[in-house]
Amino acid sequence: MNDNDIVLRVEDIHKSFGETEVLRGVSFDVRRGETKVFIGPSGTGKSTLLRCINQLTPPDHGRVWLDGEEVTNSGARINYFRQKIGMVFQNFFLFDHLTAVKNVELALLKVRGMGKAEAREKALTELRQVGLEDWADHYPAELSGGQAQRVSIARALAMDPDVILFDEPTSALDPELTREVLEVMKKLARNGMTMLVVTHEMGFACSVANEVLFMENGVVAEQGSPDLLLHDPRFTRMKDFIGRIDSRMDD
Amino acid sequence: MDQAVFLFEILLPALMQGLIVTLQLIACSAPFGLALGIAVAVGRQYGHPVISWLCKTYVFLIKGTPLLLLLFILYFGLPSIGITFTAFVASVVGFILCNGAYNAEYIRGALISIKEGQMVAAQALGMTRWQAIRNVILPQALCRAIPGLSNEFIYLIKYSSLAYMITVIELSGAGKLVATKYFTYTESFAAVGIVYLVLVSITTIAVTILEKRVAVPGTARATPAAQL
Amino acid sequence: MDVLPILIDWLPYLLSGVASTLGLVLAALGLGVLFGLPMALGQVYGARPIRWAVGIYVWFFRGLPILVLLFLFWFGIFPAIGLGHLSAFVVGAVVLGLRGAAYQSQIFRGAVQSVGEGQMIAARSLGMSRLTAIRSVILPQAMRIALPGWSNEYPNILTDSAVCYAIGVVELLTITSRMVTQTHITMPVYLATAGIFIVLNYGGLKLLHRLEARIAIPGFGTGAM
Repeated sequence: MNDNDIVLRVEDIHKSFGETEVLRGVSFDVRRGETKVFIGPSGTGKSTLLRCINQLTPPDHGRVWLDGEEVTNSGARINYFRQKIGMVFQNFFLFDHLTAVKNVELALLKVRGMGKAEAREKALTELRQVGLEDWADHYPAELSGGQAQRVSIARALAMDPDVILFDEPTSALDPELTREVLEVMKKLARNGMTMLVVTHEMGFACSVANEVLFMENGVVAEQGSPDLLLHDPRFTRMKDFIGRIDSRMDD
Repeated sequence: MDQAVFLFEILLPALMQGLIVTLQLIACSAPFGLALGIAVAVGRQYGHPVISWLCKTYVFLIKGTPLLLLLFILYFGLPSIGITFTAFVASVVGFILCNGAYNAEYIRGALISIKEGQMVAAQALGMTRWQAIRNVILPQALCRAIPGLSNEFIYLIKYSSLAYMITVIELSGAGKLVATKYFTYTESFAAVGIVYLVLVSITTIAVTILEKRVAVPGTARATPAAQL
Repeated sequence: MDVLPILIDWLPYLLSGVASTLGLVLAALGLGVLFGLPMALGQVYGARPIRWAVGIYVWFFRGLPILVLLFLFWFGIFPAIGLGHLSAFVVGAVVLGLRGAAYQSQIFRGAVQSVGEGQMIAARSLGMSRLTAIRSVILPQAMRIALPGWSNEYPNILTDSAVCYAIGVVELLTITSRMVTQTHITMPVYLATAGIFIVLNYGGLKLLHRLEARIAIPGFGTGAM
């Protein structure tokens, strides 16, 4: 495989909080256009892993490269890297004092230094992509959870990132609202966006992921393509885990 | 004159005299201010509509008027309609009125925050409304109001200084007299300031201890984590 | 009772007193924000020495009575550092402002701290520097949260402004005092002044509440994330 295709390289990430070691050496590569999905029991450090990638939580050990440039230990340049690494949070974290369109254009204005008209146009384009053009002038408090999350995806997209990290994007949403967000994410994946997704949505993982990584005890315990994992009898722990989720959902 | 001599033979004795007066002012005002605050808060919340209105108006008037003006009215104004107070008494009356009004607001807020269920449960046990207020609601309210009430008490310590403006020689007045007589303005007022800071700090610490002692287990207030 | 004509005669002076008082209040509020806001930011985001310094400043200016502060600065500190020529009004405004900054810094601090942590996280994840995030995301929200508490500073500063009488500032209480001594009418004059203060107090609060309503954002201030 051509090395130039590797957008993100993560090498041997360790992170402890106090006495507890949450990440014990996680490494993987992500190629352009790939969608990798992380699943696993809560508390196994999946969210922490994502935050270590864009240094919102600096790892204790390990390195991250974006397009060949090192992200870890980059000092003030981290702001530049964060523009190219998009992030979508479980609790959306939309800027409550701004309308939807202003949420999307704020970073364009303040970080990329775009002109007002250009930023506004781009923001509206992204909102259109997620289907929320008509809600541009509404405040976050006036949006449903699914709408808010879609705005937050638009906000991340507006920066034209090389990769987007999704941290349990639908976990805070009611089941009916989860679908609209997953549809947007599927569309992004189909259009070639490079994505890392932490989620419990197995349906999404199976239909869209190029690779599923099962994390347990701070390491990647099992990984493989969705087909492989579901059908190969070797991957027992992951299947157990999936089985448990599925049965919970049936209740 | 030698600094040390000045300090110990003139300034400190004068300030101590003034401090005694300040403490007397506070000691006379605080208990009545608290009592008045409770009465007004209860009257406003639970009293007859007329009483409630009177309490409301009293607080409205006092909060809207500078304390210094109130003191002038009590000391310089009242004699013209036949009521003459000594300077000390006028000060204490003014402080009680002011302290009482702000206390009433804090206590009222605390009363409102007590759940309806407390009154209902008390009455279900056969208590009259007033018994419920005295034995169930008020104790809890006073507990909750401690931060506010102690805040007001600290304000009382500070605005006791205004008694000087109607000729009571309390702490700050004593300091000013020494300062003007010996031209030692900065030193004298700095010393006065230090005494107030000590008073306020001691009170703050005492209040923190009190709050901890009185707290009902399990009712920790969620205060935003201060980084200090 | 021939009080009324005399009151009317004195009306211009009373009004100039009101203007002075309002001037003091506005100066205090302005200085309070000017110094209070940076201090609050210093306490929330700054290094230890800064937090310490602000803590001491706040302790000092909140622990001393306003009367003592006025005496200290008017008779002592300003003359000692060569600013003895400043007018009483300026000194009064500065002292009220410095004190206001101490109180207001705590209001702003509480407001900044109550802006949900996620706001800063999201801002930084988009590549904003800390400063940009504070300016564009945190502060706009914090100021709205702070407004009710900050509005409550207004009555306090208004009533404190009367203490400036003690250093000879010609504000409303001073004029009232002069009026009493010169016209020998006491209670009506005092009560009229009390009335003026009450109107200024509640009128000002009403205006501030209107302002709050004007800049309110739907759903805001009810547990931002």
